[in-house]
Amino acid sequence: MEPSNDESSSDRSLDWTVHPPYLHPPYASTVTRAPRRRLVPLPECLASVTGPAFGAGDVDALDDDLTRNAVRTGEPLGERIIVIGRVLDGAGRPVPNALLEVWQANSAGRYIHGHDQHDAPLDPNFTGTGRCLTDADGAYRFTTIRPGAYPWRNHENAWRPSHIHFSVCGRNFLERLVTQMYFPGDPLLVLDPIYNSVPDERAKQRLLAAYDHGVTRPEWALGYRFDIVVAGGRRTPFEDYHR
Amino acid sequence: MMNATRRQTPSQTVGPFFHDTLVSEGGNILVEDATRGERIRIFGSVLDGDGVPVPDALLEIWQPDARGLYPHTSDPRAEEADEAFRGFGRAATDDDGLYWFETIKPGGPAPEAGAGQAPFVSVRVFARGLLIHAVTRIYFEDETNDADPVLSRLDPEGRTSLLARREEGGPHAHYRFDVILQGPNETVFFDV
Repeated sequence: MEPSNDESSSDRSLDWTVHPPYLHPPYASTVTRAPRRRLVPLPECLASVTGPAFGAGDVDALDDDLTRNAVRTGEPLGERIIVIGRVLDGAGRPVPNALLEVWQANSAGRYIHGHDQHDAPLDPNFTGTGRCLTDADGAYRFTTIRPGAYPWRNHENAWRPSHIHFSVCGRNFLERLVTQMYFPGDPLLVLDPIYNSVPDERAKQRLLAAYDHGVTRPEWALGYRFDIVVAGGRRTPFEDYHR
Repeated sequence: MMNATRRQTPSQTVGPFFHDTLVSEGGNILVEDATRGERIRIFGSVLDGDGVPVPDALLEIWQPDARGLYPHTSDPRAEEADEAFRGFGRAATDDDGLYWFETIKPGGPAPEAGAGQAPFVSVRVFARGLLIHAVTRIYFEDETNDADPVLSRLDPEGRTSLLARREEGGPHAHYRFDVILQGPNETVFFDV
């Protein structure tokens, strides 16, 4: 459906000039799944400024290292990478204790998921799943393997650019985002209907990780930076909520 | 101002392969023995515009405890909230497009929140083919919903789409709530 550009849209938490519309026919699955009716504006209320709190009990020690959290016979194959970044709200403030969950294909472009039919090898030492919490500065860090490109049946000879899925749960119901991180310079980006569903060119750029030589570890792994800005932040989290 | 305003990171679809990461055993069971309140099961189908079940959707719910309290610093009554109830759950649809949660009937918002507000569960729907999640609410047909300010603004079909239907069965009340992503009976989705 079209973004809700009604009179109250500026008061909404989600910035519809940034997010994809539900209906984007080049991505075929949207055609029968996209809601078509106009979204109903919902006033801010206690249900939207609250949300589950996450903490140390939600993550295990190796959850943020996908090169080690599934080792059975040895190290996973592929190009080792480090991904760091910060989770911020719309006012540029760090979002601490956000739960980040990531999933991705292995270096051959194969997901461990049982429904993945791609004829590429599984890696016995890689599940491609991880999680971590942001620290007080909103910062996070994952170590993983650069995912391979992935074929899908959206259109003739369709391949997804290399990507890592990110799920972000912030401090409340509004600070919730599921997105995908892509790699700079990937030639498949211009052909990808999911990436290109984002209506704004500068917004698209925010889905690209930046190569960061300062993050790269000598003799070990390449470094990338990917900052994430979530919705919300219309009020400060410390402001009393008067119902 | 120390921090510049930042533009949001765009949403992208959750895709079909989120289960191993986002879905955990028991993640759709919000209750434990000590939880206070009426046990209920919320279940239903997620359907696309052709009425075909969606086998790869993920629902997240967020709700207050049996007295309407959220365990969060933004709720002034958070300290009184039920410590045995987190209020958050996730359920993936199965191959037939069905999902279920075991939870409690939520309490209604405090009277000072405004007259007539009915109790509800907040819902977020993710799926392959949804480039950004869809937000809706589950209200309960056997509650007093007539004066609810959100429901009152909807047309009758829209209001009906948000009402979970009580069905008897098993030891607890069962409420059916179908999510219809598209079409004449499309569920009402919100811009939050």
